[in-house]
Amino acid sequence: MDITVNILLTIATAATPLLIAAIGELVVERSGVLNLGVEGMMIMGAVGGFGAGYLTGSPWIGLLAAIIVGALFSLLFAVMTLSLATNQVATGLSLTLLGLGLSGMIGTSFVGQPGVRLPNLDIPVISSIPVVGRLIFGQDPVFYISIALTAAVMWFLFRTRTGLTLRSIGDSHTSAHALGIKVIRYRYLAVIFGGACAGLAGGHLSLVYTPQWVENMSAGRGWIALALVVFASWRPWRVLAGAYIFGAVWIGQLHAQAFGIPVPSQFLSSLPYLATIVVLVLISRNKRLTMMNTPASLGQPFVPDR
Amino acid sequence: MKKLLIALMTTAAALSVAATAEAADKLKACWVYTGPIGDFGYSYQHDQGRLQVEKALGDKVETAYLENVSEGPDADRAFERLAREKCKIIFGTSFGFMDAEVKVAKKFPKVMFEHATGYKTGKNLGIYNARFYEGRYVLGQIAAKESKKGLAGYIVSFPIPEVVMGINSFMLGAQSVNPDFKVKIVWVNSWFDPGKEADAAKALFDQGADIIVQHTDSTAALQVAEERKLHGFGQSSDMIKFAPNAQLTALTDEWGPYYISRVQAALDGTWKPDNVWLGIKDGAVKLAPFTNMPDDVKAMAEATTKKIAGGWNPFTGPVSKQDGSPWLKDGEVADDGTLLGMNFYVKGVDDKLPQ
Repeated sequence: MDITVNILLTIATAATPLLIAAIGELVVERSGVLNLGVEGMMIMGAVGGFGAGYLTGSPWIGLLAAIIVGALFSLLFAVMTLSLATNQVATGLSLTLLGLGLSGMIGTSFVGQPGVRLPNLDIPVISSIPVVGRLIFGQDPVFYISIALTAAVMWFLFRTRTGLTLRSIGDSHTSAHALGIKVIRYRYLAVIFGGACAGLAGGHLSLVYTPQWVENMSAGRGWIALALVVFASWRPWRVLAGAYIFGAVWIGQLHAQAFGIPVPSQFLSSLPYLATIVVLVLISRNKRLTMMNTPASLGQPFVPDR
Repeated sequence: MKKLLIALMTTAAALSVAATAEAADKLKACWVYTGPIGDFGYSYQHDQGRLQVEKALGDKVETAYLENVSEGPDADRAFERLAREKCKIIFGTSFGFMDAEVKVAKKFPKVMFEHATGYKTGKNLGIYNARFYEGRYVLGQIAAKESKKGLAGYIVSFPIPEVVMGINSFMLGAQSVNPDFKVKIVWVNSWFDPGKEADAAKALFDQGADIIVQHTDSTAALQVAEERKLHGFGQSSDMIKFAPNAQLTALTDEWGPYYISRVQAALDGTWKPDNVWLGIKDGAVKLAPFTNMPDDVKAMAEATTKKIAGGWNPFTGPVSKQDGSPWLKDGEVADDGTLLGMNFYVKGVDDKLPQ
């Protein structure tokens, strides 16, 4: 029993940064903007979070700093693509490259320094109830944020007027503009929200997952988050499912190896990617629904005609 | 005012000419790393070596490096770029750079190449390596003494001889203390992914291991050991700061002295491609202070380290292969060739080697 709980906890830790970054990107893409800079914003959040936590000694300030750094870094992307109408794919890619390099430079003095760790939730008595206590009441704070965030985004996108407006901009920015909706302003806010989420995901890496700073520590998780959004066909709950399937297979294959299952480890290593894609393709195989969910003006620059 | 300006400009021009003249006399030594120099592990240690070269040889050398170079076709370009940028001696520090270096070395016969941990040499390509397995034997002995369950978790990157040799040496050390010692192995197929290394450590601990060994580069696994109040070993750098209660010792690499001697040889014009394999006795492999263990275990570890420094090889018979067939006869010592191409486990390793 104990091992099952441990495995579930490990899966949640592995899935949390993917989920947060992907939910942020989902909102960005729903507004019609494709930001490929998730990896870069994530790593900037990681170094910012680690740095602030390390210098102040407070992991909470670290977490806050991660969010702010991610948001500020995405602002760069927003100014380029929204105000200057640059190509979103190229700008996003350069944001990733810039983030990876810049974070390494900022973090030089943090290398080899033990950081601070965000403590797990610990409610007296309740957290020590077997199984349920640790799973529901004993995880790290970011885990709860990630679940709340998913629910909030779901509600926002599909149950509020502002969410509807945001989706309409993603489907046709020209029509939205003609209706008098401030397309650029909405998109700015969406991109900054995405940046804040990616930053938070990075903060989770350097303050919870592996409390340390090392260059490239995001190790491609930003790209996985990006892929999750597409394969989940822009639906929040599917992003949640995707992140957890990925996490489960990811941890499962490590256990399978430790258990001594005679399957080539290279195959096992590729399994999380394969399994997640297969499952998400299966659940979103309804072509019409997928078409409906795809933001039609995704990736197209928008210059309002005066 | 104008005169002053002209005077200044002439001086600046003269200075810059002097600087170029000096630069031409300098020997440019270059490094290629597979990880970031900020990994606080393998690439970090190599870069410390580079910095020692700068410090020791001062004005006579100029150094440059490329980090995060992936093993494969990208590496070709990295080496070629450095060779074109007038590097006189180039060190490739990862096993996966081997073929790239062989190829580029043929193209640039006047440039001196050195490759770490590989086995292919050339007219202008030397190889160097460290006998990490010597240290791993000591880790094995400590693990067998310290593990209450007689079970270690071992996190590894890729099934290359270097890594297989490490697992075998570790097991031989452990078996010398506890013949029934067991090891669980997880391949993470990466040299550097802190998250995955942490997850692998958690999986191994969850399955009953109470000591963790790694052949990957980050401090993540050791931090998990610290959290779970269990033990582990640092890799490449002394990681005691990250796990003050968990690190038993760390297997560290010390490349500085070797790099200084090779760059000096290049300066003197005496450089020749070499094939060196440095160990504990050369100071290239070092064990960090033994901590968090009782005095008798510490004494044993120190005695073994001394014995190896004195020339004893951990791969001394009798040793059987995994399937029980004999490999080394009593007293027979494994030759370096077999070790460098090692693709089999010794008896007692309960894992199937990925091919």
